[in-house]
Amino acid sequence: MAKFITLRFLQGILVLLGIYAVTFFLVAATPGSPFSSERAIQPEILAQIEAFYGYDKPTSERFIVSLGNILHGDFGPSAVYANRSVTDIIAESFPVSLKLGSISLAIALLLGIPAGILAAVKKNTWLDYVPMSTAMAGICLPTFVMGPLLALVFGLIFAVLPVAGWFGPEFVVLPSATLGLYYAAYFARLTRGGMLEMLNQDWVRTARAKGVPERTIVWKHCLKGGLIPAITFLGPALAGIISGSFVVETIFQVPGLGQWFVKGALNRDDFLILGLTVLFASLIVLMNLLVDIAQVALNPRLKYD
Amino acid sequence: MTDHSETAVLGNEAAPLPKHSASEIAEEELIEGSSLWKDAWSRLKKNKLAVASLVIFLLICVFCVVGPFLVPYDSQEQDLFLGATGPSAEHWFGTDTLGRDLLVRTMEGGRISLMVGLVATVVSLAIGVIYGATAGYLGGKVDAAMMRFVDLLYALPFTIFVILLMVAFGRSMWLMFVAIGCVEWLSMARIVRSGVLGLKKQEFVEAAVSLGYSHKRIILRHLIPNVLGPVIVIATLTVPAVMLLEAFLSFLGLGVQPPNASWGVLINEGQQNMEIFPWLLMFPAFFFALTLFCLNFLGDGLRDALDPKSAKD
Repeated sequence: MAKFITLRFLQGILVLLGIYAVTFFLVAATPGSPFSSERAIQPEILAQIEAFYGYDKPTSERFIVSLGNILHGDFGPSAVYANRSVTDIIAESFPVSLKLGSISLAIALLLGIPAGILAAVKKNTWLDYVPMSTAMAGICLPTFVMGPLLALVFGLIFAVLPVAGWFGPEFVVLPSATLGLYYAAYFARLTRGGMLEMLNQDWVRTARAKGVPERTIVWKHCLKGGLIPAITFLGPALAGIISGSFVVETIFQVPGLGQWFVKGALNRDDFLILGLTVLFASLIVLMNLLVDIAQVALNPRLKYD
Repeated sequence: MTDHSETAVLGNEAAPLPKHSASEIAEEELIEGSSLWKDAWSRLKKNKLAVASLVIFLLICVFCVVGPFLVPYDSQEQDLFLGATGPSAEHWFGTDTLGRDLLVRTMEGGRISLMVGLVATVVSLAIGVIYGATAGYLGGKVDAAMMRFVDLLYALPFTIFVILLMVAFGRSMWLMFVAIGCVEWLSMARIVRSGVLGLKKQEFVEAAVSLGYSHKRIILRHLIPNVLGPVIVIATLTVPAVMLLEAFLSFLGLGVQPPNASWGVLINEGQQNMEIFPWLLMFPAFFFALTLFCLNFLGDGLRDALDPKSAKD
């Protein structure tokens, strides 16, 4: 197990390096520069600005310098927002995004997994049909449709929840529901599928024939294996919640990192894009590492594949 | 992968039928009549939800493709004096803030969304099928390395890359097709690979090898046609995923650019004004969600129809 974890950990670091390199050269290959603006800048001043940000050096040299800086935890200055460093922006906005993301993920898991188990155990009854058709509807209402609809219904028609800003606990409800419900639908479907596959195994029939109570079969024999598809989906779900936050933070005007990423990409704020990509990618790689470990823990056979 | 063996038999049709009396031939035809595809079709027909989805989806396609010719307005024709008006006899879906008819904009937006869905799916299909078939056919270390690469890509924050690509290389529609197609091929590759792994040990492949056919011919002519069932299922499910990604990009202002409009663009415009003009959000959102709904149900139905093992659930 220790060897497996070390191996996956090293692999994760390699993946991160790869992501960093691809992002860096993609951004560097983009036509235009972060310092071009509508006002004409005197060439001497532009040269000074470029020198300040290190843009007077060749791309390959900049790559090595910025990689070194990031390894020291320095994401560099923001190229567009003068006098702010990317680290400042992250320090300020990350807690907001972290709160939004973790509440959304909690909603997704706490709603989706029980619904999926229930649907599988009560297959082909209304306890299966109702949650599963709701889940299907949820999957067809992506964040950018669900968000405005929730805002319309709860914010404007019933006027019970605020639709914009980030000032108190009531402001968290609509954004995190928008993000969470969508993934709850996925978790419900995956859990149902996984549980059904387990419940249809021959050894379950044997257990039933031997008179093992249904409760024990579901909770002790099937749950572990039945949850594997849902656990595998945790990585993609986190990636989706991060990119979903780009949309949700725009709709509900939440001052989180997602908004900064979109702004950074549109403004060509090179350091901001790089810093945020590294941060998002590290989170996802870390989640995938945890998922890999959890999978092997749940199903030891996987280790030998 | 025993569930594909049925398909494998299809690839083996060359064997001549033994001679029978007239009545026996009639019986034979009856049996031959229930091929995999006919079986699947009859199973699909029994699934009312899937058939209804298919019908509604086709209606939406007709609505989007033929509709604009029947509406007496142009999607980019502005009427600034009119401004945003609610649904009325002249403008069934109302008009947007620039006085453009929302009905025709919804139709043309749908046309763009559906086209993106189709083209990007074809791109992802091409990459995924060839990659997966090659990995599965070659097997061994090559397969392990190729699939590990897919695993790694699965773990990447792809939307971030698509956003960067769109920013880096301009917001052209063709780039979007390629960018989205390059992201969505992974599950296709996995499915095709596992199908091919199961098939390649079958006798008809052995026969092809012993006849000295090239790898390319065996992959293209013998293996890929036999995994078409699962490929069609995944393709049906890829179309809504692709449309979702396109709408996501357009919503952020990185996809289809004005004055062209996809459903994503319309939903974005609608949500900016939804407090005053809710219909601007309602109509495009309704059609977008309905299309996704139909395609997902159709994909599920096809999976049950083409993969009888899962249909037993």
